[in-house]
Amino acid sequence: MRFLCIECDAQMSFEERRQPGDGTFAAAFRCPTCGRRVAMLANPMESQLVGALGVRIGGRILDEEPMELVRTTMRGRDDAFVEAEAGAPGGTRPRWSEDARSRLERVPGFVRGMVKRIYTDYAVERRIAEITPDVMDRARVELGLEHM
Amino acid sequence: MSFRTYHELTGGDRSALGAQVAAQRRRVHARMTGVRRLIAVASGKGGVGKSHVTAAVARSAARHLPGSVGVLDADLHGPTMPRLLAARGPLRVDGTGVVEPAVGRDGVRVVSTALLLEADAPLAWRTPDVEAHVWRGALEAGTLRELLADVAWGTLDLLLVDLPPGVDRLRDLAALVPRLDGVLAVTIPSEESRAAVARAMRAAAGAGIPLLGVVENMSVHSCTTCGAAGRLFDGDAGASLADAFRVPLLGRLPFAPPGTCDPADAAAPLTRALLERVT
Repeated sequence: MRFLCIECDAQMSFEERRQPGDGTFAAAFRCPTCGRRVAMLANPMESQLVGALGVRIGGRILDEEPMELVRTTMRGRDDAFVEAEAGAPGGTRPRWSEDARSRLERVPGFVRGMVKRIYTDYAVERRIAEITPDVMDRARVELGLEHM
Repeated sequence: MSFRTYHELTGGDRSALGAQVAAQRRRVHARMTGVRRLIAVASGKGGVGKSHVTAAVARSAARHLPGSVGVLDADLHGPTMPRLLAARGPLRVDGTGVVEPAVGRDGVRVVSTALLLEADAPLAWRTPDVEAHVWRGALEAGTLRELLADVAWGTLDLLLVDLPPGVDRLRDLAALVPRLDGVLAVTIPSEESRAAVARAMRAAAGAGIPLLGVVENMSVHSCTTCGAAGRLFDGDAGASLADAFRVPLLGRLPFAPPGTCDPADAAAPLTRALLERVT
């Protein structure tokens, strides 16, 4: 998908994506020549159709997780999976603060293990010793986790 | 005002949706390299005992190929494999997120939506149900893709894919995998079943999927008191389909009340014949 600024006859650059609510998917683009910004708004049906393909408009920062589509979309049982501990071997796993742990507990059990692994990997890669809600917020924005 | 074409713009396409789909496809292909035989079990009709046949063939094969037989339950809405193979969750997930299959009778490895959903709960999605008919099919195909690609099947001599009635899921499967060795068609003797299964076989052949043979299930019933054998249905669908499609009738299985015989034993001859069809 490419966006063309007609006045400048220039390809616009992808800037960011958001899900502002009601299932709408928004992607913002900017013209590198005149600076004009536009937002593409996909209605919920269009958003679902793209999401159902397991692809991400704006590209992926992280590779697709194993079982990502199933775990983020299916209404599965909370105890469907038993997760191996994520993170670096050798006892260098980051701690989870109480607030971060509480927030993680609110994630549906079916997808929680996958979400926990993503945050843990994020913290390990950046040598973050403790995962806090602030770290989770940063990871969410940087990794494009708005669908989780 | 003029518009250039997509390919005339030389800047990057950050979404790279084609590349994302290609990456999904590569994951399936990589996982399936460990599978020697990939066989779909299909019928055009519900109620012919297709899943029972799948389970019996899988168990029979596993007795000769220990630890190297798997079943993917592709009947996402009506999954029965874990019950038929006595396989239970929860499913173990390794540190990279890859899911280990459950292990059932005779060591058959199993993955099924029955292991993911609450008991008796229908397959449902967390996404808003807006115009769901548009995207539901894509989600189900995506689910099949992930059950193929993201399960640690390991090295298998045989992976059976138990399909729901109809042909849609068979087409999805054939489109996803690098090589589908063929389809085992299951029917009961009746004319109604013959007609429905013939449609499914014709669709498979039309899609270039090899037809491996036919199994006629519930061919006869033996009286548990006097032992006399009788027919449950009029018709000769198994032989008729085999003749029409020029494939072997790999076996006829009796209707056996619970506890009267071991289905895996009954399926042993047809399992051998099936495995010989794909070497």
